[in-house]
Amino acid sequence: MVENLLIDIVHAVVPILVVITSVVAIYLKDLLAATIAVAAMSLLLSLEFYILQAPDVAIAEAGVGACLTTAILIIAIRATRRMEEV
Amino acid sequence: MSMGMSKIVKTVSSVVFPFIVIYGLYIIAHGHLTPGGGFQGGAVVASGCAMLLVAHGSIWTIGKIREKQLSILESTGAVAFILLALLGLVFGTVFFKNFLVGNKFLFGEIPGYLSRVANFNTGGVLPLMNFAVGLKVIAGLFAIVLVMAYATSTFKKGEMEDGKR
Repeated sequence: MVENLLIDIVHAVVPILVVITSVVAIYLKDLLAATIAVAAMSLLLSLEFYILQAPDVAIAEAGVGACLTTAILIIAIRATRRMEEV
Repeated sequence: MSMGMSKIVKTVSSVVFPFIVIYGLYIIAHGHLTPGGGFQGGAVVASGCAMLLVAHGSIWTIGKIREKQLSILESTGAVAFILLALLGLVFGTVFFKNFLVGNKFLFGEIPGYLSRVANFNTGGVLPLMNFAVGLKVIAGLFAIVLVMAYATSTFKKGEMEDGKR
C-alpha cells in the first residue's frame, strides 16, 4: 500500500522534473550550465525508464545520454565560445 | 585541458576505471540472461574510456591508442557478427540459424524451465553476437570522442588566442 503510493508519487514527480530541466536548458545563456542541465534531464529520464520497468533502455540512456553526449558537448564548447550570443 | 587535469583527478579516474570496465563487460557477457546486451555494455565501457580521456588529456590518449586501430576493431566486430550469421547458413539451414544450441561445449545447454543467471552456458550463438556488437560499440563510440577531443585540442592552439572564451 505504502509502496504503491510512493511509486505513484515518483511517477508524478520525475516527469515534472524532466520538463523543468529541459526548459532550464533552453533558457540558460551559459552553454556549459545548459549542458549540465541536459545531463541532469537525461539522468532523470533514465530513472523514469527504470521505474517504467525498461532497464534495457535505462542503461542505454544513462550511458549514452548522461555521459557521452555531455563529454562531446563540453569538448565542442571548449573549442568555441562558452556564452551564447544574443 | 589537452594536457590533462590535476593529479587527484588522474589518480581517482585510474582507480575507478577497471571497475567501470568490468561492469560493462558483465553487462555484455550476461546479455542473454539479464537486461542489457552488446550496445548497453559497450556504452558503459566507452563511458569509462571517455572519463580516462577527459582526465588524462587527448595527447596522452592518442599516444596510447590511435583512431586507426579503433577503426580496425570496429570493423572486426561487424565482420564477426556477419560471419556468425553466415555460419548459420553453413552449419544449419537459414541465415542467423542458432547452430550452437544442443552441443555440450560452448553456450549450448538448454535450461529446464526458466533461465536464471546461473544458466550462463546457454543461448547458443547469442553471447558471441553480443561480444561482437559490444566490440563494435566500444570502438565506435570511443573513436568519436577521441577524434573530436584531439582535433579541437590542436585547433585551439592556433585559432583561439584572443582570450574571448
